[in-house]
Amino acid sequence: MVPTPREIKTVPRRSDKVFRAVVTLGGLSSLAILGLISIFLGYRGFEVLLQEGLGFITNSEWSVTTDEVGNVLESNFGLAAMLVGTILCAIVAVVIALPVSVFSALFLNFYAPGWLKKFLVAIIDMMAAFPSILFGIWGFLVLMPSAEYWAKLIHRYLGWIPIFDLQVPVYTRSPFIAGVVLAIMIIPIITSVSREVFSQAPLDRIQAAYALGATRWAMIKAVVIPHGRNGVIGGAMLGLGRAMGETVAVFTVLNIVFQVNWQILLGAGGNVASLIILKFGEANPYEIKALMAAGLVLFLLTLAVNASANVIVKRTGKSGR
Amino acid sequence: MTTTVLPTKPWKASKKDRAIDLSIFLFSLLASYLVVEVSAMKGKLALFAMFFLIYMSLTASLKGITRGSAAAKDAVVSSLVAIGAVATVIPIASILLTVLQKGLPGIKLSVFTTDMSLATPTDPLTNGGLLHAITGTLILVALALMMSVPIGILTALYLTEIKGRFTGPIRFLVQAMSGVPSIVAGLFILSAILYPITKSFSGFMGALALTILMIPTVARTSEEVLNLIPNDLREAGVALGGTQWRTVAMIVLPAAKSGLITAIILGVARIAGETAPLLLLTGGGDKVNPNAFNGPMGSLPYYIWKSFNAGSPEAITRAWAGLLVLVGLVLILFTSARYLGSRKSAN
Repeated sequence: MVPTPREIKTVPRRSDKVFRAVVTLGGLSSLAILGLISIFLGYRGFEVLLQEGLGFITNSEWSVTTDEVGNVLESNFGLAAMLVGTILCAIVAVVIALPVSVFSALFLNFYAPGWLKKFLVAIIDMMAAFPSILFGIWGFLVLMPSAEYWAKLIHRYLGWIPIFDLQVPVYTRSPFIAGVVLAIMIIPIITSVSREVFSQAPLDRIQAAYALGATRWAMIKAVVIPHGRNGVIGGAMLGLGRAMGETVAVFTVLNIVFQVNWQILLGAGGNVASLIILKFGEANPYEIKALMAAGLVLFLLTLAVNASANVIVKRTGKSGR
Repeated sequence: MTTTVLPTKPWKASKKDRAIDLSIFLFSLLASYLVVEVSAMKGKLALFAMFFLIYMSLTASLKGITRGSAAAKDAVVSSLVAIGAVATVIPIASILLTVLQKGLPGIKLSVFTTDMSLATPTDPLTNGGLLHAITGTLILVALALMMSVPIGILTALYLTEIKGRFTGPIRFLVQAMSGVPSIVAGLFILSAILYPITKSFSGFMGALALTILMIPTVARTSEEVLNLIPNDLREAGVALGGTQWRTVAMIVLPAAKSGLITAIILGVARIAGETAPLLLLTGGGDKVNPNAFNGPMGSLPYYIWKSFNAGSPEAITRAWAGLLVLVGLVLILFTSARYLGSRKSAN
C-alpha cells in the first residue's frame, strides 16, 4: 500500500496573524492620513469654494467685511495673485538652483577627491535639515542687501526682457529675492537626487568612454547625462514642490500684495502658504474656512508636483541605453 | 647591479603641470583684483565673476593650444563644475558663520534658566530666557516621536516584510506625504481636531502636526535600512521554526537597530525647527508649561519668530541666539545620526 503524502499547509499562527494585521494597519495609516487631510480641508472649505466658484482661483482680491457682531456682510476671496506668486517664486528658485545643483553633483561624483567628496556630502545633507526659519531670517538680514544689488544689475542690463522690466524702482522683498532664498533651500535636495542618479551611471560605459580617449566632459556628455536626465528633472520637480509649499522663509522675505504681478524684480508678490500665516491671526470663522480652502489648493498642487516627480525619478533606472 | 624601472604614470599631473595650474590660478586672482580696482565694477560678485571668467578662459585656451578643442571644452566644464560646488557651499558657510557671530552675544547662563513670563522680547538681554522654548521643543519632539516612530517603522515593516497588496500604493503615498507642506499639516490638525474637538491651543496639537511631517522621513529611511538586512537572516530565522513575528522581532529589528535609530534621529532633525504648524497650533506661551494638553506651549521656532517680528535690536539678538540653540540641536542630532550610520556600514 502506498502511503498518501502528508498534506502541507501554511496556516499562519495566531501571533503571526496579529503581527500581520498590526503592521498592515500601520502601513495603511499613511494612506488614511493623506485621505483625511484632503477630506477635512475640503469639508471645511466647502462653503467658501461653493460660494466663490471658479473665482477662488481666478480673482485676486482677498477681503471680508463684517458688522459689529461679526456677521459676514460681504466677502471676496480669490487666490490668483497668490498662486501666480507661488509659481513665480518656485520657478525662479528652480531656475537658479538647477544648474548649480547639477554642476555640484557632477563635481561630487566625477571631480572631487575622496576626502573632499565625503566632507561636502556631509555638509550638503546637513543643510537639507536646517530649519526653514533660519533661511528666512538669514535671507532677510544677510542676503537681502546683496540680492537687491543683483536685482538692480539684472534690471539695468536685462530690463528689456518683459519679466525683468520694472516701472517703480522698488527692489526690496521681491519674488526674485524670495526665489534666491528658496533656491538656496532646494539646492541640497536637487544635488542629492542628482548625485544619486549620476552615481548609478553604468561603470562599464564610463570606462569604455575613457578607453576610447574621451575627456571627462565628453564622457559625461555621452554617458552620464543621457542616463541621468530624467532623474535630474525629477529632482528639480521635488525641489519645485518643496519651494511651493515653503511658508516661513518666504513670509519673512516676501512683500505680500493682493495683485497679480509678473515682474519678478518688483517688491510685491504672493504666496499661498504665506497668505495663510498672514491672515490666520485676525481671521474670523468664515475667513478661516477660506484659508482652509486655500490650504486644500496648495495641498493638491504640491501633491501633483511631487507625485509626478517621484514617477519620473523612479523611471530613471530603466531608461539607460 | 640591478636597475629598477619606475612605472610611468602618464595620467598623473607632473610637477610642471601643477606649477602651471597654480600660476594660472594666482595670475587670474591678481588680474581679477586689478580689473575690479580699475574698472567701474565693484563688489564681491564682480570679483568672483571676473576671477571665474579669467581663470576659465586662460585654462581653456592653454588646453586648447596644447591639446586641441576637446580638451579646451573639458577645461571649461571643469571650471563650471567647481563653481557649482563653490556656489553650493558659500551659503552654508555664510549661514553658519552669521548664526555663530550674531547668536553668541545673546547666549548667557541666564538664558537657559529663565523663561519669558516676566519679560518681553524688546527688553534688555539680561531679562528672560529660552527655558520655556527649550522645554517646549523637547516636549513637542518627544510626543511626536512617540506617535510617529511606531507608525513609521510599521509602515517600513509592511513595505519590506509583508509586501502585501498595498505595497506599491503605500510606497507611493509615503513619498507623496514627504512633500506635504508643513502649513497644510498644521491646517489639517486645526480643521480636524482643534476646532471640532479640543477648541484650544496646546502643545499636543503641535505634536500631532509634527507627527504627520515626521512619519515619511522615518518610514523611508527605515525602509532603506531594512532592505539592507540580508534575506539569509530571515530565512535562517524561519528555518529554525520561528514564526514571522518572532523572526522580525528577534532577528531583523535587532540587526537593523542602529540604522533605525539613524532614521529616527533624521526624523527629529527634520521636525525640530518646523515653524509654520506651531504658529497655527501651539499658541506660543511665554511660561514654562510642562502640560502639553492644557494651555499654550512655547517652542524654539515660535520664540525665534516672535522675537524676530518684534524687530528691536535686542529682540533680533534674541532671535539669533534662539537660532544658534536650534542649529546646535540640529547639528548634534545630525552628527550622531551620521556617526551611527557610518558605524553600521563599517561593520
